[in-house]
Amino acid sequence: MKIKKGIPLIDQHDKHYMYGGKFGGNFIPETLKKPIDELTLLFAKLRKSQNFLKARDYYFKNYVGSPTPFIKLENLTNQLGGAQIYAKVVSEANGGAHKIYNATVHCLIAKEAGKKLIVGDTGAGYAGKMLSMAAKKFGLKCKIFMGVKDIKRQRPNVESIKKNGAVIVPVTTGSQTLVDAVSECMRYWVSNCDTTHMCVGSTVGPNIFVKICAWSTAQISRELIKQVKEEFGRIPKKLKLLNCVGGGSSAMGFWNEFMDTNAELVGIEAGGPKNSKLHAAPLSNGSKIGILHGAAQYVVQNYEGQISSTSSISAGLDYPGISPLHCFLKDTKRAKYTSATDEEALNAYKLVSKLENISPSLEPSHAFAEAIRIAPRLNSSNIIIVNSCGDSLKDKDIIKSRLGQYVR
Amino acid sequence: MKSKIQLVFERCKKEKRPALITYTVAGDNNKKNSLKILNSLANYVDIFELGFPHNTPIADGGQIQESSHRALKSGIRLKDVFQIVKDFKRKNIFKPLILMGYYNIIFQSGEDNFLKKCKSCGVDGLIVVDLPWPENKKFANKCKKKSINFIQLLSPTTSKDRMKKIIRDAHQMIYYISMLSTTGGKLKVTPRKIIENYKKIKYLTKKNVVIGFGITNKTISHLKAADGLVVGSQLCKTITDSIKKRQNPVTKLNKLVYNLRNKIL
Repeated sequence: MKIKKGIPLIDQHDKHYMYGGKFGGNFIPETLKKPIDELTLLFAKLRKSQNFLKARDYYFKNYVGSPTPFIKLENLTNQLGGAQIYAKVVSEANGGAHKIYNATVHCLIAKEAGKKLIVGDTGAGYAGKMLSMAAKKFGLKCKIFMGVKDIKRQRPNVESIKKNGAVIVPVTTGSQTLVDAVSECMRYWVSNCDTTHMCVGSTVGPNIFVKICAWSTAQISRELIKQVKEEFGRIPKKLKLLNCVGGGSSAMGFWNEFMDTNAELVGIEAGGPKNSKLHAAPLSNGSKIGILHGAAQYVVQNYEGQISSTSSISAGLDYPGISPLHCFLKDTKRAKYTSATDEEALNAYKLVSKLENISPSLEPSHAFAEAIRIAPRLNSSNIIIVNSCGDSLKDKDIIKSRLGQYVR
Repeated sequence: MKSKIQLVFERCKKEKRPALITYTVAGDNNKKNSLKILNSLANYVDIFELGFPHNTPIADGGQIQESSHRALKSGIRLKDVFQIVKDFKRKNIFKPLILMGYYNIIFQSGEDNFLKKCKSCGVDGLIVVDLPWPENKKFANKCKKKSINFIQLLSPTTSKDRMKKIIRDAHQMIYYISMLSTTGGKLKVTPRKIIENYKKIKYLTKKNVVIGFGITNKTISHLKAADGLVVGSQLCKTITDSIKKRQNPVTKLNKLVYNLRNKIL
């Protein structure tokens, strides 16, 4: 298995849409074949359309807000006394997280397809919040599927979704988290695919959704590679790009333009509560390949193939599967994956928000935990960049209950 | 040699009625009862579909989801599913039984190993919900070599061109999904429209085509023109209801299926 240079990673699949012959594909009910084929054709066309690219760039600049800041975390660097630590503050994007890129592109596609209703899943609530925001902006009706457990723990985002005029469909099946929200959203699409556009909130699901999402979030690294060259005059020799991975959308976007460079790519999964086996870390904890939500991927499951429950303090990472693209990057050894526990993420959140003028949500706090772990062992010629892809506001209840207070 | 499935369709044709096909989940509401259900319905049902449960069923509606979760909660394992089939077949050797489920379970057990087990306990056919054509070609061929019917699915969204290709690769039985829905959805197209679409498929093939999704005792009599009719969610719901009311699910199902049978005679 090998990654080809000069070809976008999302296009490195075979005729069955499998990456490395093992990951991805379209394991879908017959009813979805046609809508997925249609969407695949439409997206292939739009990707090449100058008008569509112009519209995308226009909205990324004037609606999402581009570029998002690239800053040095001086205090954190000094405190740890090793590698130089930077952050790409994607949480400064409109809405407070990277999910806005995928949401905006999906709404643009839905418009092109002539669909009036857009549906999507959400875990942390960011994908839902952004989709409802973008739907409002583009005049589309919107339905968001969200697990009941997540509705309770991500209240601020739930309120935003409602404010944006979207309908929230509470999902009560299974573990009542992201995995069930995605299932329920897909079921809804099976029943309504003739009138409805579906947005999968991350780089998971049938191949076309993996593609659209990674293509959208790639904006992050398009900005970053410029910012890095401006800051250092070139791409530094010892560069590490740290990103949390749940479904893997922000990491794909953060790494995309660096694929053919010598930058080290490190993904941090959710290790769950300390000493618990309920991790959401299929790549770093040795899970087997399985089929989840229409794609082959490493997935946390039992030996017969039942999908296992996961647990993570961060709703956005609390997913038993992982993008087929990340499986591909892992098996080709282009990226490395590790995990951080709930407690490590909380401590990282505490330290970063105390020392710096940013307030990362619990998802990127997993990546900061890894930065904090490795920085002291490296000298200052090493550059670590962390994608601070979400804002902590949505986590204020959790942080308050775990740390006693929430201060921004 | 003709398969048991083929023989059933031929007999039903002679009797000028559609084959009655029922779906229940193996292990619902427990291992013992799900075998009892199969045995007790054998007089009315022409072909059995038995689900091997998965906890992330993306194409199933509420009723079958509930049955699947109940079965898993009762501790059902794949080996139990095969045991149920084996025990059922011991008494009903000529009654065709089709296993239905999601690909991950087959994938984890290994395609060849799964088929070997199917063969040894007498499974006649397989429906794999999330393994569409053409991705299923290789697996369908493996099934054929073991004389197990791999049942291809068609839906209202399947284009005519695609339909022709699927039919060409199909074995003796094809499953037409009546409408855009998960299982157990309310029938949102008229039976007349369904039969109209159905006839377009039959025009393309002599293979046996059955209709499923949204069929209940209220709608079944309007769809008699089909080669076979599948009722699933209504059975699952009946089990759910009888548990709630502390009634015996076996007798309740028996009554329902007796009724279904009478409506298509």
